[in-house]
Amino acid sequence: MAGQVERAEGGAAPRLRPPRDICRKARWSGAVVAAVLAGAAGAQDGRVSTYEQMAPELRAMQDDDFSNPGLLWAQTGEELWAEPSGADEVACAECHGAAEEMAGVAAHYPDWDEESGQAVDLAARINLCRQRHQGAEPLERGSEALLALTTLVALQSRGQPIAPSEAPQMEAVRGQGEALYSTRMGQLNLACATCHDDLAGGRLLAAEIPQAHPTGYPQYRLEWQEMGDLDRRLRNCMVGVRAEPFAAGSQEFVALEAYLKARAVGMEMEAPAIRP
Amino acid sequence: MAVMINVPETAAPGEVVEVKIIISHPMETGFRTGSDGKLVPRNIIHELTCRYMGQEVFRAELHPAVAANPFFSFFVTAQESGEVELSWVDEAGETVTETRPIEVG
Amino acid sequence: MTTRRAFLAGSLATPLILRMEPAFATPEEMQNAIDAFTGGAEVTEGRVELDIPMLVENGNTVPLRVAVDSPMTDDDYVEAVAIFNEINPLPDTVRFFFTPLSGRAEAQTRIRLNGTQHVHAVARLSDGSFWSAQTNVVVTAPACREV
Repeated sequence: MAGQVERAEGGAAPRLRPPRDICRKARWSGAVVAAVLAGAAGAQDGRVSTYEQMAPELRAMQDDDFSNPGLLWAQTGEELWAEPSGADEVACAECHGAAEEMAGVAAHYPDWDEESGQAVDLAARINLCRQRHQGAEPLERGSEALLALTTLVALQSRGQPIAPSEAPQMEAVRGQGEALYSTRMGQLNLACATCHDDLAGGRLLAAEIPQAHPTGYPQYRLEWQEMGDLDRRLRNCMVGVRAEPFAAGSQEFVALEAYLKARAVGMEMEAPAIRP
Repeated sequence: MAVMINVPETAAPGEVVEVKIIISHPMETGFRTGSDGKLVPRNIIHELTCRYMGQEVFRAELHPAVAANPFFSFFVTAQESGEVELSWVDEAGETVTETRPIEVG
Repeated sequence: MTTRRAFLAGSLATPLILRMEPAFATPEEMQNAIDAFTGGAEVTEGRVELDIPMLVENGNTVPLRVAVDSPMTDDDYVEAVAIFNEINPLPDTVRFFFTPLSGRAEAQTRIRLNGTQHVHAVARLSDGSFWSAQTNVVVTAPACREV
């Protein structure tokens, strides 16, 4: 059901537009587009996770929990989850229970935060939780502790379909993200869509250009030799096209993630994914 | 230092079982330049040892060409119930020892 | 003719190819390291199986599996397997030491490869003989590397 948020409960559902690539790609037949809009997800609609493009050895590395280095961050996250933190000396676990209680949560982020009146990604939500309920300082974006907690929470949604937030305010955020995705930027004057819609499946050097579905974040990139968040990946892309990257945790990145998640609606959550 | 170790909980006598370990460690090669333009000092785990029934079963000698967050898989012949002990040491002098029980019978 | 698309792809990739690494061992240095391991003894090709993907997308983490054909008894076992590379800064990569209690002369790890090169595995058996295998690994340049 690419591009559409449908809900069992009904109500005033925000309707997402179908992803631009689905509308635009000539190689997709009308029947396929119809199937996509009718609610098919995954392989049938041509959307594929980069997992499918990886060598068997790397897929095996991701699939085995005693081999996937991302699970080391989840383990650190488990320790932090149980540890009293901040001025209030309260642990995540005291409010939320076991980390398993967070099943499905990551699958609908970014989400709308009423109190601050803005969209927040999962890492920002964890930091708001720290400030509001633990009396703690926010953790630095991209820091090991924040990545560890984010990985732990994201892991609880592994295997679940991406299900974008139903908050009505998120529709405008996704619109902003879609606009950014289509905006040419940098000295190379390329938009995200130039590569990841128009040229996806083609080659840049030896690498297959991915469709850029954010199914596996935080993820372990062999290039980084550590875990990183989607902001970091998007900054790489922006530097790659010689653009000034947005700041870590900025509203632009949250909007881009919100759009990318809607574009990947129904695809399986994979965090912590392995990527080359 | 996070670590994940997989030793089968049970095994038949004489069964050859696979042990897997992955350790959180940057494996700094000493060849990498940091953001300050200076070489990041070398610090690698240089030895990993597995002991079982009071004997060394397997040992690895690591060089900077072993990837960050080192992963190893190797085999142990299960003979009697006891502990499989894994220990490793890095060049900053940190030594860690972990044990996992195995029930043989 | 250079199309705009090809030019753009090239511009994305070129500065990344030009990145230089600090030092390289030479095949001669690798041979010296192998000689130090064998004490100059004769090395016979065979009995060793070295599995590394032929083509890897990132040289930072390359899965490696090595196995040696051996009964692994008290009288006849594999004592050690050493892995050598040709062009990393240092030729020594990793060494595995086995005992009869290992049951199987087989191990896996993940290594760093500083570019396309041959990787060699040399096994020392309890009878003092040395056996080897080698494989060529093509390491491709990642297109969108973090700078």
